[in-house]
Amino acid sequence: MTTATPAVARAPFDRALLLVMPAAAFMLLLFIYPFIYGLLLSFNPKNGGALANYTHFFTTDNLWPTIWTTLKLALPATLINVGLALPIAYKMRNKSRYQRWVTTILVVPITLGTVLIAEGMLIYFGPKGWLSQFLQLIHLYTGPIRLTHNFWGVLISLVISGFPFAFLLILSYITGIDPVLARAASTLGADPKAQFRHIYLPLLAPGLAMCFCLAFVQAYSVFPSAVLLGSPAGPTRVISIAAYEAAFEQYDYSLASAIAMIMGFVQLIIVAAVLGLRNLWYRGPVSGGKG
Amino acid sequence: MKHDFSELRLDHVTRRFAGAGGKAFNALDELTLTIRRGEFIALLGPSGCGKSTALNCIAGLLSLSGGSIWLDQTRIDTLPPEKRGFGMVFQNYALFPHMSVAKNVGFGLRMRGITGADADAKVAHAMKLVQLIGQEHKLPGQLSGGQQQRVAIARAIVIEPPLILMDEPLSNLDAKLRIETRAEIRRIHRELDRATIYVTHDQDEALSLADRIVVMKDGVVQQIAAPKEVYEQPSNLHVARFMGYRNVLELDVAREDGDRIALTGPDIALTGMRKQPLNGRRAAVAIRPDDIVVGGNTGDDNIVVAKVENVEYGGRDSLLDVVTPSGTLLHVRGPVTTARGDSVRVHVPVRRALVYPLD
Repeated sequence: MTTATPAVARAPFDRALLLVMPAAAFMLLLFIYPFIYGLLLSFNPKNGGALANYTHFFTTDNLWPTIWTTLKLALPATLINVGLALPIAYKMRNKSRYQRWVTTILVVPITLGTVLIAEGMLIYFGPKGWLSQFLQLIHLYTGPIRLTHNFWGVLISLVISGFPFAFLLILSYITGIDPVLARAASTLGADPKAQFRHIYLPLLAPGLAMCFCLAFVQAYSVFPSAVLLGSPAGPTRVISIAAYEAAFEQYDYSLASAIAMIMGFVQLIIVAAVLGLRNLWYRGPVSGGKG
Repeated sequence: MKHDFSELRLDHVTRRFAGAGGKAFNALDELTLTIRRGEFIALLGPSGCGKSTALNCIAGLLSLSGGSIWLDQTRIDTLPPEKRGFGMVFQNYALFPHMSVAKNVGFGLRMRGITGADADAKVAHAMKLVQLIGQEHKLPGQLSGGQQQRVAIARAIVIEPPLILMDEPLSNLDAKLRIETRAEIRRIHRELDRATIYVTHDQDEALSLADRIVVMKDGVVQQIAAPKEVYEQPSNLHVARFMGYRNVLELDVAREDGDRIALTGPDIALTGMRKQPLNGRRAAVAIRPDDIVVGGNTGDDNIVVAKVENVEYGGRDSLLDVVTPSGTLLHVRGPVTTARGDSVRVHVPVRRALVYPLD
């Protein structure tokens, strides 16, 4: 009998792939399992049929508007963060003496927790806070200043805590773009404004979209600052507060899961829309050739 | 910016950088040079000699620490690069990765407000000049290195600049492509009749392309001359070394007879031509391997008897390392039949042995 030759030479199993196992197990245990558990739980309400939680959410007057309340906070906060971070990161793209200092100062808030920021803001921006006292002292504005316990307080806190994140992300995208491209553009007649518009912006667009998504998801799940700096019963009753109340005040875990699912779904829609837009732009290497 | 000029004048152009330990050094020291319309100038030197600094100063990508740059009667060193209107080809091409080839080439026109059929015609003309017809809609990433380089050249020449600057444009190409593209650059230069400043560390490129070569070292100009002169009559020992005078021997000065200098060593006696005033009893003689004749007639002077230590086969001839009894090493080109261990007589023509002071 002749020995049979294998029909197809199969690539040998790469044992290095086993190194993925811990991460995969981590994802499975801490993300996928709770997610599926929550999803199933949301279709298993205390009373009524499978969709009872969802119909309850969308027919109750202090629940469904939280989608918009949260969007009204998260979208402007994200736009401000990305919009502010872009020009500052652009200015910081070249290594300079100041770059490290400015970057450090801008990034410090990331190390502060949201609760710490909220406490600080209550003291600084409050009706009798430093800002108010200072403005009265120099007679610039003597009326009452209401920047806490309302929409603005939460928005400011979202900017303070979200900006460093957006800034760092965009800075890393910008410094990844070969500066020789801008120099090439300048020899071809592009002034700094045109260099930004024609070279940096198109190459940054995919990164900006990514940054927007991450910043938005972060802002949409706002909770501590909405409670501490906002008015959680009124204009800053965000969706996570609704979920918290369902879970820990009414002990209705099933409804809370449904609210969490809706929250995730809204985030998914926005992210999908932004990433869909991203596909309209060039995506690929951001250097100008070999070497 | 006008497209025609009669000369570009660099007047004591200096650029200082902060070096290690905060000590400033002159990357470019008082470069004075006049470039005429249509001339092809090569800035030649090893890395760090200031040639790229000079180019960037002319392009406006670096500001000057001293001196001035003039285009005829207009002072231009105070203008930003986008106002100078020089075309520049970068070492790594610097093509815009998000734009098609045609958009890359047309970028300079767009910045000048030239659009529509007029721009299309100019782009098409430039594409034809660099022989890239049919590649217009590709992205730079889809092209080979040689094609990318030609796009970069097309992009620089489409704006019809008075001056084209090239920063080691061939250094990323393989040997065969390098020679082909070199010929292309020469052809394009002839067709456009624009002044070109070409930075390179490759002496062959400089010799084959340039009308005049500027040899630099440590920011200082060593020699400005036509290729033939730089090749045959290097102005100093540094230029000689750089131009392929691989044999540099330090010997005692025995006799000076006008420019004819007789030099002696332990078992070597050579006569050569002085290129620079000497400054002592010792001097250096520089000889190109190709100028040394293996064999040679007995009656000749400048004969060295040596033994072949090493043979590098080179096709038409071989590169030989020959060593005299006292250990002086000479690089020589010789017949391919020479073998290791052979004893050879080599002859150094007096006119091809150049004598310089020691550095």
